[in-house]
Amino acid sequence: MSAPTSVRGSIAKWSLNVFAVLALMYLFVPIVWIVAFSFNQPRGNYNVQWQEFTLRNWKDPFADESLTNAFVESLKIASISTVIATVLGSLMAVALVRYKFRGSATLNFFLILPLTTPEIVLGSSLATLFLDWDITRGFATVVIAHIMFQVSFVALTVRARVRGFDWTLEQAAQDLGASPMRTFWKVTFPLILPGILAAALLSFALSLDDFIITLFNAGSLNTFPLYINGSFRVRFPPQVNVLASAVLFASVALMAAGTAIGFRKDRPSA
Amino acid sequence: MSKSATPTAVRRWKRPEFVGLGALVGAGALLTAIGARWVTGPVALLALALVFASVVWLIFTAVIGGPDARRRIAPYGLLKPGALWLALFYLAPLVTLLRLSLSTLPSRFAVDADFDWNFGNYRRAFADFDAQFGRAFLYAGVATVLTILIGYPLAYVIAFRGGRYRTLMLGLVVVPFFTSYLIRTIAWRSLLADTGWVVQMLDFVKLSGLFEGVGIMDNGRILQTPAAVIGGLTYNFLPFMILPIYVSLEKVDPGLVDAAQDLYSTSAGAFRKIVVPLSLPGVFAGTLLTFIPAAGDFVNAFYLGSPSTTMIGNSIQDQFLVQNNVPLASAMSFVLMAIITILVLIYSRFFGTEDLA
Repeated sequence: MSAPTSVRGSIAKWSLNVFAVLALMYLFVPIVWIVAFSFNQPRGNYNVQWQEFTLRNWKDPFADESLTNAFVESLKIASISTVIATVLGSLMAVALVRYKFRGSATLNFFLILPLTTPEIVLGSSLATLFLDWDITRGFATVVIAHIMFQVSFVALTVRARVRGFDWTLEQAAQDLGASPMRTFWKVTFPLILPGILAAALLSFALSLDDFIITLFNAGSLNTFPLYINGSFRVRFPPQVNVLASAVLFASVALMAAGTAIGFRKDRPSA
Repeated sequence: MSKSATPTAVRRWKRPEFVGLGALVGAGALLTAIGARWVTGPVALLALALVFASVVWLIFTAVIGGPDARRRIAPYGLLKPGALWLALFYLAPLVTLLRLSLSTLPSRFAVDADFDWNFGNYRRAFADFDAQFGRAFLYAGVATVLTILIGYPLAYVIAFRGGRYRTLMLGLVVVPFFTSYLIRTIAWRSLLADTGWVVQMLDFVKLSGLFEGVGIMDNGRILQTPAAVIGGLTYNFLPFMILPIYVSLEKVDPGLVDAAQDLYSTSAGAFRKIVVPLSLPGVFAGTLLTFIPAAGDFVNAFYLGSPSTTMIGNSIQDQFLVQNNVPLASAMSFVLMAIITILVLIYSRFFGTEDLA
């Protein structure tokens, strides 16, 4: 864009930049609160009033046994559902990008539908299905529910990532005598792998975080968000902040590592 | 055409893509019917056998069909597992939800409802919960407009002025969302509380009067006002607005803006005539991704609001999980989905694009 020539133009430009920085800071307001209060020594059961700085919570992140159990359940659910959803969703994404075929537009639309349905409708309708089947809601039903919304998410994310992929490379490999299997594992798979991993990471986070759909399908099972919600009437221990901050730091580290590897890979070819 | 009609029809039938599409759609429909218990007993077993047969058929065609058939049938084979999962756990539940919404509970404490075309649930959904429906769409609408007002400038700055900080800034937009949605809302609850940082700061800089005047504060409080609920919705769905707008702005060729200015357009004119129209698909996608979940949300209204700010999500959750009136809750869910679908259709007639995702 050309440089603004007038004073008014440069004021407008700078106020826009300031607005953007303020908006980014706004996104971090509750995050700062969550991390700060993981270092708080609360009086009583509620960790919502600042008292004094302590490292005690971080030294003993698993002090609250039922919270820890719920957190472990959430990690188990997220691991299982992410693996299954990533496989199913990636296959769909490859089909949609790699091939031109009859009905692709309709199937594309069908894939978007679950993402544009309110979570409360997804959760309550699935719960009516399990009620109708006389299935007790618990661990398995939550995994099924999470896979359901993750599949669409993975398919669309991977599709967006592999859209620009140069499929003639496959042709080249086959012209050079590679079998279709070898072509897939040596050419196609390494190229789409970063997109798949990114989608898997995000959908793992979605599963770990999901509250509304899980609430309807968990029965007596407690996940991390369900436990926090259920016990909020009586207590809100600082370990909640510690575990949430730990998840945040781990995700940021993974994202940063992914970006760094991406940069290193890009550089020689750029 | 008329002469070769029969041979074409025969060849068409033998085309592998029809085998693929037929097996995919057929199995999906059958599985939906089984899941929703449209078909039961021996018929359901037969239908299940047909689903299994369609999978076998697909594999069989691929194995004996040769490379060309395999290439044409591959997409259907790749789509099948995911599509069948969605048929069984997305489509079938919606059918069950519809059936339950037209059912009656034999007594207040009964678990199993009887299907008897009972439209009374829908009548109650409209009559007893009109206020909650109204608030849900009002709050979600205001929050969506606010996310555009905050998100568009931010996405614009990242896309056009981010430079080498672009990846970093995008990362900063995403990072907050790796902490739990619920905990973020509880964080706002504490921040907006009467003794929280926000109210104290506003009192300190003597802006409380102004905030009272524009209706954000109520008797010195922010928590438990509609403004708090809308603020929570705005915050929680902001990235779903920023990211799609960014994606569409990123595709805008800055050369077009330069060209417009070379042709004596003002910066504002170039922005209005070039950047805005090209970014509309992003605004459209962001609006759907923000408005739809916000309209069905109950977490913000529960943690940041009061009994007089409940949204329809709170009522559905209450009827389903607390009052155990599943038929009424189902009817309310269905009405919510129907209204959203109608609004989205109207909206997409005005702003619609094909490129949703």
